[in-house]
Amino acid sequence: MKNISATMRHWLPLACALALAALGPWMSPYLADFVVKVMILSIFALSLELLVGMTGLVSLGHAAFYGIGAYATVLGAGRDGGSIAWLLPLAMGSAAAYALVVGALSLRTRGVYFIMVTLAFAQMAFFVFHDTPFGGGSDGIYMYVRPTLGAIDMESRWVQFYGVLGALVGTYGLLALIRRSRLGAALAGIRVNEQRMRAAGFAVYGYKLAAFVIAGALAGLAGFLVASRDGVVNPELMAWHNSGEVLLMIILGGLGHLRGAVIGAVAFTLLKEVLSTHALVGPLADQWQLTLGLAIIAFVALLPKGLIGVAARLSPAANGAAPKLDAVPAPNAKVTP
Amino acid sequence: MDVGTFLVQCLNAVQYGLLLFLVASGLTLIFGIMGVINLAHGSFYMLGAYMAFALSPLFGDQFLVMLVAGVVLAALFGYVLEWAFFSYLYQRDHLQQVLMTYGLILVFEALRSMLVGNDVHGVKAPPWLEGSFALGELMRYPWYRLFASAACIVLALGLYFVVNRTRLGMMIRAGASNRDMVRGLGIDIRRLYRIVFAAGVALAALAGMIAAPMSSVYPGMGGSVLIICFVVVVIGGVGSITGALVASLLVGFVDTFGKVFFAELSGMGIYVLMAAVLIWRPEGLMGRKT
Amino acid sequence: MSIQNTRTALTALALACIATLGHAQQPPKLKVGLMLPFSGTYNALGVAIENGFKLRVEEQGGKLGGREIEYVKVDDESDPAKATDNVNKLIKRDNVDVIVGTVHSGVAMAMAKAAKESGTVLIVPNAGADAVTGPMCAPNIFRSSFSNWQPAYAMGEVAGKQEKKKKAITITWKYAAGDESVNGFKEGFEKAGGQVVKQLNVPFPNVEFQALLTEIAAAKPDAVYAFFAGGGAVKFVKDYAAAGLDKTIPLYGPGFLTDGTLDAQGAAAQGMLTTLHYADGLNTPRDTSFRTAYAKAFKLQPDVYAVQGYDAAQMLAIGLDAVKGDIGKKAEFSAAIERAKIDSPRGTFSVGKSHNPVQDIYLRKVDGKENKVVGVAVKGLADPARGCRM
Repeated sequence: MKNISATMRHWLPLACALALAALGPWMSPYLADFVVKVMILSIFALSLELLVGMTGLVSLGHAAFYGIGAYATVLGAGRDGGSIAWLLPLAMGSAAAYALVVGALSLRTRGVYFIMVTLAFAQMAFFVFHDTPFGGGSDGIYMYVRPTLGAIDMESRWVQFYGVLGALVGTYGLLALIRRSRLGAALAGIRVNEQRMRAAGFAVYGYKLAAFVIAGALAGLAGFLVASRDGVVNPELMAWHNSGEVLLMIILGGLGHLRGAVIGAVAFTLLKEVLSTHALVGPLADQWQLTLGLAIIAFVALLPKGLIGVAARLSPAANGAAPKLDAVPAPNAKVTP
Repeated sequence: MDVGTFLVQCLNAVQYGLLLFLVASGLTLIFGIMGVINLAHGSFYMLGAYMAFALSPLFGDQFLVMLVAGVVLAALFGYVLEWAFFSYLYQRDHLQQVLMTYGLILVFEALRSMLVGNDVHGVKAPPWLEGSFALGELMRYPWYRLFASAACIVLALGLYFVVNRTRLGMMIRAGASNRDMVRGLGIDIRRLYRIVFAAGVALAALAGMIAAPMSSVYPGMGGSVLIICFVVVVIGGVGSITGALVASLLVGFVDTFGKVFFAELSGMGIYVLMAAVLIWRPEGLMGRKT
Repeated sequence: MSIQNTRTALTALALACIATLGHAQQPPKLKVGLMLPFSGTYNALGVAIENGFKLRVEEQGGKLGGREIEYVKVDDESDPAKATDNVNKLIKRDNVDVIVGTVHSGVAMAMAKAAKESGTVLIVPNAGADAVTGPMCAPNIFRSSFSNWQPAYAMGEVAGKQEKKKKAITITWKYAAGDESVNGFKEGFEKAGGQVVKQLNVPFPNVEFQALLTEIAAAKPDAVYAFFAGGGAVKFVKDYAAAGLDKTIPLYGPGFLTDGTLDAQGAAAQGMLTTLHYADGLNTPRDTSFRTAYAKAFKLQPDVYAVQGYDAAQMLAIGLDAVKGDIGKKAEFSAAIERAKIDSPRGTFSVGKSHNPVQDIYLRKVDGKENKVVGVAVKGLADPARGCRM
């Protein structure tokens, strides 16, 4: 029983991706657009999952890297557009660079301080793009020509769809690999008991910084994709509301699981759509802020393990003992510092 | 910049910093004593400002009476809110606290929109504080701003007195260092928390009421003050009221003089300050080393 | 096939033909997507625009160009981050024929980009971002309001020529609308022989002005030009007066400094001069009949935003009449609006090649709770449409 569900857990995400790829051509333009948006948000959520779920670092400023990736893409493209070959590394690199600086300073603090400090640094980035001529101000800037790579042109709806799907699969795969690697094991150990890891001789600060930078780079990837999709960026991408929402997504899906991040991104986006569509909730749609706020409070209070927790509770037999910290290495695992 | 202008700018900085202190002290108290990170604290500031807008026609010239009434209402609101919602947050981890208070912000914004609408409002200063006095031949300084600074100083002194010289303050300080011990000594820690929370809300609301005649009353005013308060608390050190005072004044000066000298980068000034403090003392200027 | 079956088949065929023919007599409804702020600080403006637009359609019997109008509303929440998604809802999910919106320039920029890419007709009833009829200009994008440059340039001319000021300091929020407004003033002022000695900025939407007011007092210019709107406008004018500056240094600004804010500003704003393409007390027959009709329909006094919504509907009607309701005929649609003279409550205006109104800018003075017209600052002012390649 347990083997079947374990195999399913590994192959189910891949199967979903293949299904999406097959369904692509059949989707209406609006639906395809929506799916692309959710996929980009999933990449963003996955990048935060590395920090919060795998390393135990609660960051309330992750949107900064998302926004920097997006702005780097637009600023790099300039008036005439540019090649994906250098715009994508530029986006991810800029985000990673800022993550290095922020991480180096923030990781000197812990707990509640860390949360507030990451929030403050994200605000700093927000102000740079909001107030200085460098970023084009609070209205944002246009991207006149989308990035290309030879025949691949991000102007095309198909390239966007399959490109983003590919990026999502790649990100998921990368994080799954990290989780199974020595780095992932170290991060899991740090999440569980940092002092013990330090006593065991691990360079805890270095590992945390590495996770922070990788998470930042992946958020930059999501930023590159959202800039290519919308063709216009504005400082609200880095607003702390965005940081709050992506945090909500991974909690909603279920912390500690990669698929939780994706499920959370889908669920949260759907929730927002439903709550603000007149056709579905009638006059309540005008009070979507109220219903969303109450829904958030209810979800966090009643479902601390997220949607995956609900599934586990409903079918305890299929999952055996509900996996909590499934990345913690056994005591005699060959993990060397 | 000549001496006259410099002095006026200093006055501006101190006034802004002191007002920040009122809000930040509430935040750091709640943080330090109960260990709860509350993103909705800015909403209490907004609550105060909108209360001033709503109560001012009722009280007319009796400005001080209105302030007292507002504080009482806010404290009551805080008391009930703690009992109904916040007391459930103490057991939860920081992440859940962050998200639940984030949801609370949305609820407050929606309620505000439903109850008082989305318009921007002005609140008039009471007639006995209207107008300004001359500061040399250069310009005039509004009486009300002077009053605001004075009020904040009085409140700061009052806060210091309560925390350091009364029994209640002793319990607060004890609860901050070891709440289990305090409970073991027979003190009702739950009621203590409720009082502290109500006080935090009242302080923030009072700051909003005092600020209302100076800044307009508008949606979203809570969000901007919240982030700056976080910076103040980080610089000053969580749980330290003296730290919050020093940090608020620092932020006031950096912000005011930043606007004058580096207009475009002034928004970033306080974050650079925060980064500098973090490099030097990660636990804040007066925070406890954990 | 038996005779029974043939008869049934023929009847069915006949009925089908009649049905289609009958349907063809009634042209399909024209879907107008209203993307406006129906929540948040700009809510009142969104409502005024919607009211003005619908008033015009009602005056025409609910039909424009022979087609009945069907509305689809989307609340843009004045949030540029959600703008692309919201406008895509209208274009791709609801398949609207025309989009009308919006107030906030950041949102309008995203809308203009999406409209330019999809070819859907977009009429902007407020957002003054120069880019919309500048680098983003397109045959299917129109504006019924103003560009940020227009009222500012007019104020610059007035300050220099009429008021004979020589040195000015500008102050505004650091965002696109503020920058464009200040640049417009600078152009007009310098052309009239003045000089802008300092340009002060406040981060948007910060309203702490004390430090900068101190600086203005120290610099002692002849005039101050300020661009703020809504709550910021209320606070700035009040703070300016509280610092005693209104007695010594006159404060000028575009109409947004005193539009809709006089209740809150009270005595602090009395006597201020502003420029805008609309004013109270115009007393033309067209304006009076508009104001009466609006007050009757909505129990509110109209403002510049209602006029802009009203004129958006007029522009749409002109285009639709020229193509007899077939909005697919894009070239003729655009050409008709470009040629037209729109009979607006603000006066007559045309849109010219860049699709931004070429209009008279009025000089107004604050009197009580009204911005009364005292003259025409600049006649027939056209935005230079820099960067527009049309």
